[in-house]
Amino acid sequence: MKKVQTTMAGNVWKIQVSVGDEVKMGDEVVILESMKMEIPISAEEEGIVDEIIVEEGTFVNEEDVLLTLK
Amino acid sequence: MILNRSWEERVNTIEKGGPDKYHEANEAKGKLFVRNRLALLFDHGEWREDGKFANGDAEGLPADGVITAIGKIQGKTACVMANDSTVKAGSWGAKTVEKIIRIQETAEKLKVPLFYLVDSAGARITDQIEMFPGRRGAGKIFYNQVKLSGMIPQICLLFGPSAAGGAYIPAFCDVVMMVDGNASMYLGSPRMAEMVIGEKVSLEEMGGAKMHCSISGCGDVLVKSEEEAIEQAKKYISYFPSNFEQKTDNQDSREPMVLEKSLSDLIPENQNAPFDMHQFIKGLIDENSFFEMKALFAKELITGFARIDGKPVGIIANQPKQKGGVLFHDSADKAARFITLCDAYHIPLLFLADVPGFMIGTRVEKAGIIRHGAKMISAMSEATVPKISVVVRKAYGAGLYAMAGPAFEPDCCIALPSAQIAVMGPEAAVNAVYANKIQSLPEEERPAFIQEKRKEYQENIDIYRLASELIVDAIVPADELREELVNRFDMYGSKKQIFSDGKHPVYPV
Repeated sequence: MKKVQTTMAGNVWKIQVSVGDEVKMGDEVVILESMKMEIPISAEEEGIVDEIIVEEGTFVNEEDVLLTLK
Repeated sequence: MILNRSWEERVNTIEKGGPDKYHEANEAKGKLFVRNRLALLFDHGEWREDGKFANGDAEGLPADGVITAIGKIQGKTACVMANDSTVKAGSWGAKTVEKIIRIQETAEKLKVPLFYLVDSAGARITDQIEMFPGRRGAGKIFYNQVKLSGMIPQICLLFGPSAAGGAYIPAFCDVVMMVDGNASMYLGSPRMAEMVIGEKVSLEEMGGAKMHCSISGCGDVLVKSEEEAIEQAKKYISYFPSNFEQKTDNQDSREPMVLEKSLSDLIPENQNAPFDMHQFIKGLIDENSFFEMKALFAKELITGFARIDGKPVGIIANQPKQKGGVLFHDSADKAARFITLCDAYHIPLLFLADVPGFMIGTRVEKAGIIRHGAKMISAMSEATVPKISVVVRKAYGAGLYAMAGPAFEPDCCIALPSAQIAVMGPEAAVNAVYANKIQSLPEEERPAFIQEKRKEYQENIDIYRLASELIVDAIVPADELREELVNRFDMYGSKKQIFSDGKHPVYPV
């Protein structure tokens, strides 16, 4: 299973994709807010969004899974 | 029988290396024979070799598995040691170790760079008493590496394994090029890991080139082929003098690459939005002159060599596109190492700050972010080469300190007109100072209050006010920054400074 993980701790600010969306490698899928900065999180491989695990506003730690791809 | 063989016969045998099957195995992995590697590395494929007949009396150990040579690389004298993996997997016997020690001694006497072309399975256990524990055993190789560090450039090209003790050769070099798929570093092989600690893991996952270049930080440059590794090593050395007593070579000045956006347009108005610092660097430096170190490791901080007006500089730049440009334990570690490298060889430093501060939270505290941050600040303080600090967009908290802020004796601290310098950004500061007051207000009045306080705060940290207080030395528009740097680096060239009369700082490593 392919997954998109966070690069650092922060709050989920915006989720940019919905279940069923096709994403390419390097596409921004989520933006975190951390250290007062916008932290874009990109997909590291291509796929179709299978499940979105987090909600906007939730705290995530480094390496937490944000969503899965198929 | 052996005694009757002619010189020619003997040389031919030695120059063939080990048995054919090992040559074939190497070829299948895209690995070149060691003598072909040297032919690519040395100018005109020419070198002088010592100890070619080492262990010549023994069967099957041509040159005892290592070539030690001296020749010209890019027109300058350099020493090389190169393992021959067709001879007992490049393992080290007593003569192998003695040859390596001697080429190190030669490089020290001549004060010339030393290249290590590593492809070795480690010690020959059968020879351990002769090659492992003694005064001129393998330990001496590492002792010499440490002693030579900062005196002559030591460059490692990792073409195959560097196992167990051998893994310290790359670790003590200034830079490590790793060939993807073939290079590896590890203390215990996967087989040993399974036997001793019960872990099942592949070599690639535990000690492969990609892992070391992106996660452990042991590798600096990940390359696709041996040819590319050699090419990159030549490019790398072009930024360096032959030894610490010499100065770097200048090349002809080139204009920067023409970018789609001007440097001032590249920086977003919104302080919190990301932009690509790589683009900003491109707009400042001579076209195609960037040589990035640890590009895949701790990407939130960019480190690399470049030329400005033909002269080498070392750039340390926050990358807002990655993790907001926040400094982490790994990025601080990366910076400390790079700064030390530049300082040892008279390469001036350019800091490009756009940093919200050091990361906070449980994870990073447990990882020792304070001591890693201290290590960066220590290395930066101690560096006596010309240092220019540029606040590109913001420098908050200890981020200002780590990026060679005014207290750390940069030769100048320049700010762009839109730059902000503060203990923390306006949002965080207003929340910190007025938390109680905000809570006590009716909800509908809060946004206006916060807005007003932020505005006051902004005015308080206005960059012209900081210039008026002599905190920053100059305010320079982004589009005029290159010219400013060209002139200032030129004038700071005569700087000569001794940091302290003490023996050395007690490094917070």
